[in-house]
Amino acid sequence: MDYSQFLFMREELSLLAVILIIFLADLFMSKEPKEGEAAKGSKIGLVACVLLGIHTLCNLVPCCGMEREVTAFGGMYVHTAMMTIVKSILNVGTLVVFLMANGWLGREENRVKQGEFYLITLFTVLGMYFMISSGHFLMFFIGLELASVPLAALVAFDKWRYESAEAGAKFILLALFSSALLLYGVSLIYGITGTLYFTELGAMLIGLNENLLLAVLGLTLFIAGMGFKISLVPFHLWTADTYEGAPTVVTGYLSVVSKGSAAFVLMTVLMKVFADTTLASQWNIGLFWLIVASITIANIFAIQQKNLKRFMAFSAISQAGYLVLAVMGGTAQGMTALVYYLLVYMVADLGVFAILNVVEQHSGRIRMDDYDGLYETNPKLAFLMTLCLFSLAGIPPFAGMFSKFFVFMAAFNAGYQWLVLIALVNTVISLYYYLLIVKAMYINKSENPVPAFKSDGYTKVALVICVAGVVLAGIIGVGYNYIDTFAYGME
Amino acid sequence: MFTYTILILLLPFLSFLVLGLFGNKFSHRVAGLIGTTSLGAVFLLSCYTAYEYFFAVGRGAAGVYEALVPYNITWLPLGTLHFDMGVLLDPISVMMLIVISTVSFMVHIYSFGYMHGERGFQRYYAFLSLFTMSMLGLVVATNIFQMYLFWELVGVSSYLLIGFYYTQKAAIAASKKAFIVTRFADMFFLVGILIFGYYTGSFSFSFVNELKLAEGATAFVPVDAARAVAAGGLLLPTALTLMFIGGAGKSAMFPLHIWLPDAMEGPTPVSALIHAATMVVAGVYQVARLFPLWIAYAPQAMSIIVWVGVITAFYAAAVAMAQSDIKRVLAFSTISQIAFMMVALGVSLPGHEAVLDNHAQLGYMAGMFHLFTHAMFKACLFLGAGCIIHAVHSNEMSEMGGLRKYMPVTHWTFLFSCLAISGIPPFSGFFSKDEIITACFQYSPLVGWVMTGIAAMTAFYMFRLYYGIFWGTENKEAHAHHTPHEAPWTMTLPLIFLTLITVTCGWGVNFGSFVSASGLDYPIHLDTQIAITSTVIAIVSICLATYIYKGERQPVADKLQSAMPRLHQWAYKRFYMDEVYQFITHRIIFAHISKPIAWFDRHIIDGFFNFLAWGTHELGFQIRGFQSGAIQKYAYVFFLGVLALLLIMIL
Repeated sequence: MDYSQFLFMREELSLLAVILIIFLADLFMSKEPKEGEAAKGSKIGLVACVLLGIHTLCNLVPCCGMEREVTAFGGMYVHTAMMTIVKSILNVGTLVVFLMANGWLGREENRVKQGEFYLITLFTVLGMYFMISSGHFLMFFIGLELASVPLAALVAFDKWRYESAEAGAKFILLALFSSALLLYGVSLIYGITGTLYFTELGAMLIGLNENLLLAVLGLTLFIAGMGFKISLVPFHLWTADTYEGAPTVVTGYLSVVSKGSAAFVLMTVLMKVFADTTLASQWNIGLFWLIVASITIANIFAIQQKNLKRFMAFSAISQAGYLVLAVMGGTAQGMTALVYYLLVYMVADLGVFAILNVVEQHSGRIRMDDYDGLYETNPKLAFLMTLCLFSLAGIPPFAGMFSKFFVFMAAFNAGYQWLVLIALVNTVISLYYYLLIVKAMYINKSENPVPAFKSDGYTKVALVICVAGVVLAGIIGVGYNYIDTFAYGME
Repeated sequence: MFTYTILILLLPFLSFLVLGLFGNKFSHRVAGLIGTTSLGAVFLLSCYTAYEYFFAVGRGAAGVYEALVPYNITWLPLGTLHFDMGVLLDPISVMMLIVISTVSFMVHIYSFGYMHGERGFQRYYAFLSLFTMSMLGLVVATNIFQMYLFWELVGVSSYLLIGFYYTQKAAIAASKKAFIVTRFADMFFLVGILIFGYYTGSFSFSFVNELKLAEGATAFVPVDAARAVAAGGLLLPTALTLMFIGGAGKSAMFPLHIWLPDAMEGPTPVSALIHAATMVVAGVYQVARLFPLWIAYAPQAMSIIVWVGVITAFYAAAVAMAQSDIKRVLAFSTISQIAFMMVALGVSLPGHEAVLDNHAQLGYMAGMFHLFTHAMFKACLFLGAGCIIHAVHSNEMSEMGGLRKYMPVTHWTFLFSCLAISGIPPFSGFFSKDEIITACFQYSPLVGWVMTGIAAMTAFYMFRLYYGIFWGTENKEAHAHHTPHEAPWTMTLPLIFLTLITVTCGWGVNFGSFVSASGLDYPIHLDTQIAITSTVIAIVSICLATYIYKGERQPVADKLQSAMPRLHQWAYKRFYMDEVYQFITHRIIFAHISKPIAWFDRHIIDGFFNFLAWGTHELGFQIRGFQSGAIQKYAYVFFLGVLALLLIMIL
């Protein structure tokens, strides 16, 4: 065996090292509370943030031989430069989530299990890494499961809270359901071709005649399984309940990091495995309707939500529609648009969640009318929230406008003008509900507003990262061009 | 080489950010120092850039200064077209760097004294930095779209600074007027840019420069795209004319000049920087930047520039003769002088077989030269006016008179600048104006004589102003109550510095060897006939002004005014141009176009969206049952979804 193959997996190995160090550190840093004494917090959060920060910086951009496409372990593992970028985006997202989490984990009931949070989260990230870099359906499935099962543990992390436990159960049951369907689809594909390697599948699925129907069924089940992870309508029903029940930090993680990696994998697998023209036209039609349904239905539901976490759930479903819009046609331009959209959506969405979280930690309030008059008491938070919401709604000059523009341009050039038109109309509707929050914060009067408080340092760092991204990622056009140099499409 | 030029843009931007975000945390002194220091660094960097560009790098093989692009990044790719951001160095952009950084630096120092103790001092410096950054970005633009972006930014900062005293109604009205009028003109600019980009396939100035470099050939070779445009007939002339309308708005050409006199409501140093020396010449700069295109593809359309310029120059000079507010006189004088530059660019003749030619296109050099000298002496005049206003707390000439005893430094610098603008040798204005008039005579004797006449009017109204302030009838009552005093050194130092440039740069520097139409060295030589004629006419005008306005009592002036009350009234009211605008906008546009549109918007468009919102809301209520929370039902819907997806994909 050629051990140098491991060198291609340096991102995974580096993350694994981080996980192991945190595991050991947690073992030595946490102390059993004595009888009758409250549990003490440890500094494990700082260690995790620093380590993840180092890991992010070390693997930030493709370099040192990682710029080209490499395969290892007989094609099980594939790596392209674009994957480094996506993994970096996931890293940054996770880092922001860690920074947000500090206040929540410092609560008395969570102090004992602080370390667990970081470990479980990083394991899901590792799963996503493998999923992204997989070259074989088995590898892909293992990655997928590694990314979903611990998530259920995260969702149920506040297990003393009834809703959290319930949300975890709902999540894991439906995740199993979707995994089973997906696995069934993969087995059908295997039945047709006799292989699970992506490259071989791509070649063998071309020009199918007799087994076309089976292949389409497999494709459908694959899209449905991924649709669950990305939370596309009609596979989205778990989203609102799980988002509402899960701890706010975990909700933020679910809505961005987990979703974003799945969207990217959906695109690469569709491009690689189902590249046949007949199949490609099939999945384009399928995605077309999924996107229309996701954006429209999520918008309709988002308007009437009163709980902001539920609200953000529907917002995330609608944003997922835009994300998948970039998959249409499987063009290189679309891939750039997707990755860029993911980056921009991530900073804006996590910015909102960071504020939701910090307000919830200080006042325990999460409903939309709790935000009435927030500007009076916490003007800075209200202002930052406004910036992030503007970016989500796509108001210039914030990054969201640029990312939407690129996604629309990609879909338009791929020949889906009507879809772009529908998405545009929905953008206008989404503007309405995002501005509802802004209106609540600035205009609505409240007799009992959220009292003024000071955010902790970790949250401040997280907010700085997010807002810097929201403000700068758009107007500094270099980022998009840089991502574009790594993009590849279906021929 | 020249990698440091990016700092010229970044330093003022940083200073804007720091002062804008944390300004209130600093004392006035620290905030002012931050702004002034960064501008000082920009000034030094600009001088160094000019030195390196003109002397260390020098002329290329073809004997011209080559255009250098030390930075260029693709900012927004749009398929084949793309928006770039970068830094372009060529003779005119380097010259503009010098002009902007010098005047801006002087204004920064000056404002220390002038704005002393004002509320919002930090905000003022933040806006000054923003303006300087935008203006520098405009002149070093590598493509017309970048120019447009910074063009708008300049407009915004001008708006912010005119409305600096936002508690005064007049200031707010003036800032709005300035913004709306220039925006109106910018709309044409944008349409011109889009036509230009669509048919040439590029926004870049690089092919403009290729034309410029081709002067060695007998006929220059346009790039393919440009040739396609040339084949397209009137498109490029149309695009250029539309862009010129944008430039005319920014440079206050008749009839889009109405915003500039009102813009004097802003603080006086701002008037000196934005509304005399830099922003208002952006239109001139834009025409100069696209000059090779005008010459090559739209030589006939250049007569539009000439006649707009001539009318503006005459109109503004006529109005300036009757104004009593000293800043208004200077504002109209600025309009008139910018029109001189425009005329100079316009009177350039197509050279031999469309080759750029220093002699035929003397106007190009003359216009740029006048831009340079005018920026210096007009800034000096405005800053001087600021000192006077600072001393007597009024803009009206009637409050002044006899100030020469109280304010010697202001008096002498003001006098020198007046001599310069009147075109008296050896001050700088004489040299540049003389070149313009020479170019005009080359174009047509009619334009030549008209411009000579306007130059005479210039000398007359400038000295009417000078005598009105420093000699003439002293308002002893007011001065006894509050004795005028000389301004502090922070205010007089810039005056002296700018006066030094004004006195020396005409004969001390051969401008033609830096900037000329073809890029080749062009030794400036004076046409003796024209030089003597215009000098004599200027001296006669000055003597006339001395005779009428110098004395303690002014019987001639009173007699003139009473002999022609109508004419004086018309000129004082600026020939009722503002009223004409009022009539057109309020009576015609608002009443007959805006109102119906507003009704349509309020009832039909808004109604449609209200219906949409109501509809989605109702629909949402109807389908709420889906989200029941029962997990069996979720799985059921999931499965139905898979079936539906399968059906869609198979059918």
